[in-house]
Amino acid sequence: MFNQLDQIFVTALHWLVSFVPEAWRPLASSLICIAFILSVFPAVFSVTTIFERKGIGRIQNRYGPNRVGIPFTKIRLAGFGQFIPDGVKMLTKEDIVPRAADKVVHFLAPVVMLIPVLLAYAVLPFGKNMTVTDYDAGLLFFFAVGGAVELSVFMAGWSSRNKYSLLGAMRAIAQMVSYEIPLILSAVTVVMVVGSLNLNDIIAHQNQYTFGIAHWFVFTPWGLVGFILFFIASLAESNRTPFDLPEAESEIIAGYFTEYSGFKFALFFLGEYLGMFAIIGLGITLFLGGWTSPVSFLTWIPSWIWFFTKLMAIVFVFIWIRATLPRLRMDQLMNFAWKFMLPLALINILVAGIWHYMAADWQRWLVCSAIIVGAYVVLGRGLMHNQKLGKRIYRYAE
Amino acid sequence: MSPFFVITGIVTLLGAVFAMSLRNLVHCALAMAVAFSGIAALYLQLDAQFVGFAEILVYVGAIAILIVFAILLTRSGEAPEKSVLTSGAWTSLILIPLLFGILAWAILHSSAVPRDLPPAPVATVKNVGDALMTKFVLPLEIIGLVLTAAMIGAVIIALKEENKNENPGRKS
Amino acid sequence: MTALQGCLLISALLFAIGFAGAVTRRHAILVLIGIELMLNAANLNLIAFWRFGPHPEALTGFIFVLFSMAMAGAEAAVGLALIIAIYRHKKTSNLDEVKELKG
Repeated sequence: MFNQLDQIFVTALHWLVSFVPEAWRPLASSLICIAFILSVFPAVFSVTTIFERKGIGRIQNRYGPNRVGIPFTKIRLAGFGQFIPDGVKMLTKEDIVPRAADKVVHFLAPVVMLIPVLLAYAVLPFGKNMTVTDYDAGLLFFFAVGGAVELSVFMAGWSSRNKYSLLGAMRAIAQMVSYEIPLILSAVTVVMVVGSLNLNDIIAHQNQYTFGIAHWFVFTPWGLVGFILFFIASLAESNRTPFDLPEAESEIIAGYFTEYSGFKFALFFLGEYLGMFAIIGLGITLFLGGWTSPVSFLTWIPSWIWFFTKLMAIVFVFIWIRATLPRLRMDQLMNFAWKFMLPLALINILVAGIWHYMAADWQRWLVCSAIIVGAYVVLGRGLMHNQKLGKRIYRYAE
Repeated sequence: MSPFFVITGIVTLLGAVFAMSLRNLVHCALAMAVAFSGIAALYLQLDAQFVGFAEILVYVGAIAILIVFAILLTRSGEAPEKSVLTSGAWTSLILIPLLFGILAWAILHSSAVPRDLPPAPVATVKNVGDALMTKFVLPLEIIGLVLTAAMIGAVIIALKEENKNENPGRKS
Repeated sequence: MTALQGCLLISALLFAIGFAGAVTRRHAILVLIGIELMLNAANLNLIAFWRFGPHPEALTGFIFVLFSMAMAGAEAAVGLALIIAIYRHKKTSNLDEVKELKG
């Protein structure tokens, strides 16, 4: 019974496609998958915006939105209906384009941001047999379309003819380009161990159980470091705090999308959050086992429930980090990427190789952990530049 | 020659024409990115998946961004006041269609072009990796060296010079 | 007209357009864009012949194109660094004005 629940979307797709004549079946199947992605992920986006506002509010010792229900009805939802008025507000705001702006490029920038982000969902496995297109080089496709987002950031910043927008765009592109390298290098360790760029193969490697615990890559030393590097780099790629200098409200108004209002701003906002979900989805696939369950006695829970549970758990950690950590300055951010994360990612590749070739017992855990801890300590101490950071001293007015 | 192929080819060529003929440099760079995406789509239709994705990653994701940064760092974003063509441009513009005519004649009347379509080759990533590590390992190592040299060289060339002797009578 | 001839015509036209831009425009960066288009045309040619030629399982054309893309990236990086250095020195990126070795 649970197996049928697991494959419910696949059977629904086959049933819907069987109504269509034979020649149109691939097209119909693609359109239904596209409709699925376009309906599920904006819904996840709305839920995330509410959780973000309420979650950040609670961490900051205040309530978030707690009164909005569904408008024009008497349904009280204690703030969970906030996305409805927010959506209506963004759709009905006046669309202001600066007079000196480059109209065509200004119009196309949100579109060019959204299309690669939506394309990236095509290779993510949401459940068992639930990948839209199962490319042989799926991981490469994901990183390729991720690189196209930077072009849209530039288009947005330059076409507004506003020096703050341009500055924000330059910073955002520099940040995204710098953090793309540790992102890809930490994914390379997984590819090296699995031997394939196909995301379903990567999950199949993690779908084995020893003593009831799954063989997720995050439970190995190199996988843990790889996951942490991937996590930090995906925070930077989505321009989230602590890496949100390009778009922080207290710094540069809104950075590269200062001059956007109304629906175009909504598209940018949507594109940013959808990009966040896509890259978290990839991190889950690579390191956290995708749609597999962590313990062997819970495999009866449907695979897509596991995927979305892990996705929302990591989104919660993103929100938590946003409410807790201060922002990094631009030079601190770049130093962190190039001087700390890049050497650590390269050493992680070395450690993954050593792990793969040593025999499977406690010695390889010791050797790999020793190398990683040694590298971390050397890099961390070496980059501190003799700053004497001691215990914090609090000074109060007398 | 399916309709998709013809449409992708037309989009690529339009992108290339706009890339070379627009006045505003940033528009040229964006049209060039469109042309690169069109070429990537052509690679995907020719069953070269890995090369198609690598083209988007390298050209659209890196080279287009590099060109855009260079346009901004050399303040070429404003519209040019004088003519955009070099001296001697018209001679080239007469000779280049001739060049294309010769190439097209050679392509259409060649006897080296096979008449039937071979089956789709299997270019999985595993085969590409095997080939790179066994048959083509020497070019792989050399290209690693070349990329390192190019990276270091580019940084050194574009590095800001520190003026050690700052005397006012010196012509810079 | 077979598919191979179609691909070759597209790549020849792309090469001609890139060549026209590279020798006609005055701005140094546009010359570089033209060079990149020409390189892409050559790569398309290689992939077309790999796909429609004998022995595609040897992957020769495929690997050639991968290396060609890497070289194009390296060359674009160095070329753009040169343009930035020349701009810093001569305050212009107009190729007609950078014609003296002095200075």
